[in-house]
Amino acid sequence: MLFVSYEFIAFTIILFVLYYLLPGKWQWPLLLLASYVFYWIANPYYLIYIGTTTVTAFVAGVLMDKAQDRADLSIAAAKKDGTYTSDFKKAAKARAKATKWKILLISMLFNLGILAVTKYTNFVINNINNFLSEANALKAVDILVPMGISFYTFQTVGYLIDTYRGTCKAEKNIFRLALFVSFFPQLVQGPISRYGDLSKTLYEVHKFTEKTFTSGLIRIFWGYFKKVVIADRIITAVTALIGDTETYTGAYVFVAMMFYAFELYCDFTGGIDITIGIAQCLGITVAENFNLPYFSKNIKEYWNRWHITMGSWFTDYIFYPLSVDKNMLKLSKWSREHLGKFWGKRLTVYISAFLVWLATGVWHGAAWNFVVWGLMNFVVIMISQELMPLYEKFHKKFGWKEKAWYGVFEICRTVFLMSLIRMFDCYRDVPMTFKMVGTMFTKYNLNIFTDGSLLNLGLSGSDYIVLAAGLVIILAVSIYKYRSKKDIREVLFDRPWLWYGAMALLLVITLVFGAYGHGYDATQFIYNQF
Amino acid sequence: MDEIIAILKELHPDVDYETNKSLVDNRIIDSFDIISIVAEIDDRLDVQIPAEEIIPENFNSAEALAALVKRLEDED
Repeated sequence: MLFVSYEFIAFTIILFVLYYLLPGKWQWPLLLLASYVFYWIANPYYLIYIGTTTVTAFVAGVLMDKAQDRADLSIAAAKKDGTYTSDFKKAAKARAKATKWKILLISMLFNLGILAVTKYTNFVINNINNFLSEANALKAVDILVPMGISFYTFQTVGYLIDTYRGTCKAEKNIFRLALFVSFFPQLVQGPISRYGDLSKTLYEVHKFTEKTFTSGLIRIFWGYFKKVVIADRIITAVTALIGDTETYTGAYVFVAMMFYAFELYCDFTGGIDITIGIAQCLGITVAENFNLPYFSKNIKEYWNRWHITMGSWFTDYIFYPLSVDKNMLKLSKWSREHLGKFWGKRLTVYISAFLVWLATGVWHGAAWNFVVWGLMNFVVIMISQELMPLYEKFHKKFGWKEKAWYGVFEICRTVFLMSLIRMFDCYRDVPMTFKMVGTMFTKYNLNIFTDGSLLNLGLSGSDYIVLAAGLVIILAVSIYKYRSKKDIREVLFDRPWLWYGAMALLLVITLVFGAYGHGYDATQFIYNQF
Repeated sequence: MDEIIAILKELHPDVDYETNKSLVDNRIIDSFDIISIVAEIDDRLDVQIPAEEIIPENFNSAEALAALVKRLEDED
């Protein structure tokens, strides 16, 4: 059931009605039922996977909590009977930590193992066949890859690590945990929520309020506008440009790059708007996943604004633990003593960052283009990091940093660089990407911008007008947020005619200008495949 | 506290660490800086900061960082 389908819209409306008609205590069980129905409609076999992940995470969480409780109780008992010493406390804590670590490791490896087997088996087989230069040395296997498995597995692993660390208590009700793992709006493409954050509102009783519900509705309409009017329209041209690598070279590659940047932004942020909007209509707060990513002045900032929940997941659960690991700190100490101050400070950070970006690439897909994409991000971030002192000297000398035009230049530079790296995701073939990007700098067919060639990409003149108008609307709303640091909805709500007017206008624009009609086939969200 | 400020000053000499209370929230220090700080504290003060303690509240100011180091020393 696609987000962009009549079935999904009907499903959501029925859910909203039942949610607010039923007694409050039935709200979260209803959401669990709805989430499992949503998943069951996609494919009944998916339930085996998500069910297994839920049960193992539940058992592991409870066992970890029990180990901790045992330690706490023994410390309390020792304090009571006068046998308490700090060594006793240390030993009890160390025992609990060791037990919890074993449980965490087993449950994490089991669930990440499922993800690895379902997503990466054929990638490994293909590479072995390539290495042996024999196409069918090993036969590809037919494995069902459950929808959103990367998202719900990471969310569950996050829950397990938080329980191990003691930053959250284990959930004692398996059905509540099942809802956390399967909450349907975010099952398709995230965000990757933390248990400590989502659980605050997920199980609460929510009363219908006009502001919350209509705010959610506007967010949903905004998401559909971006997805259906922009992303699903521009995809026609992107598909044409990427599909014919003989014809569409040079300036066409630049067009493909910028069109894909626009498409991906509208597709992914639109999908997340729908997710957060549905949750908001239900009174549930889901973590924001974007904060004006195309207003970033450097790539590091971009990754703090784009797919925020994935970035913070990798930082908190991989980058930091890896960087502060005992062996890594030893290596850091050794490198300071033997390699000098410069490398001493950098070596371990570089190793951790390299591994994180490698993991980020692999998480996005079982293909070399994603691995290269991840590593390209690593390289660019490290180069920018090293150039920082030079930039500072430059800014001190010329004083451009505070100038508005320089800010715009930095934003354009970041968008260009990110779009360029994303070409690996676009062509899905590493040598081909290098070849095509190369033609952008060697073939000067700028005439395509004036001779009407762009009208042969499956988009008519009116399509371009709709896209340009859409870009202006999105830019206006984004600039407002960037400058005022406020969501435009906060201003609109105080004026009911503007509030309901904006809602109606968005709905009408989406219905009238949505890229459907004869032969329209709603496309799945790009991030659904990850 | 002086040692903590000295470590922070090596990263960003221009920042006033006595008054600034939003080092992470205002992105004055980033994840790379945090790792450098953890390594320096391990090296100079022999205090190991575990990954679960790397949260903005503990790194937002020199004061918070000093309190974290003291807590970890006391726990040890």
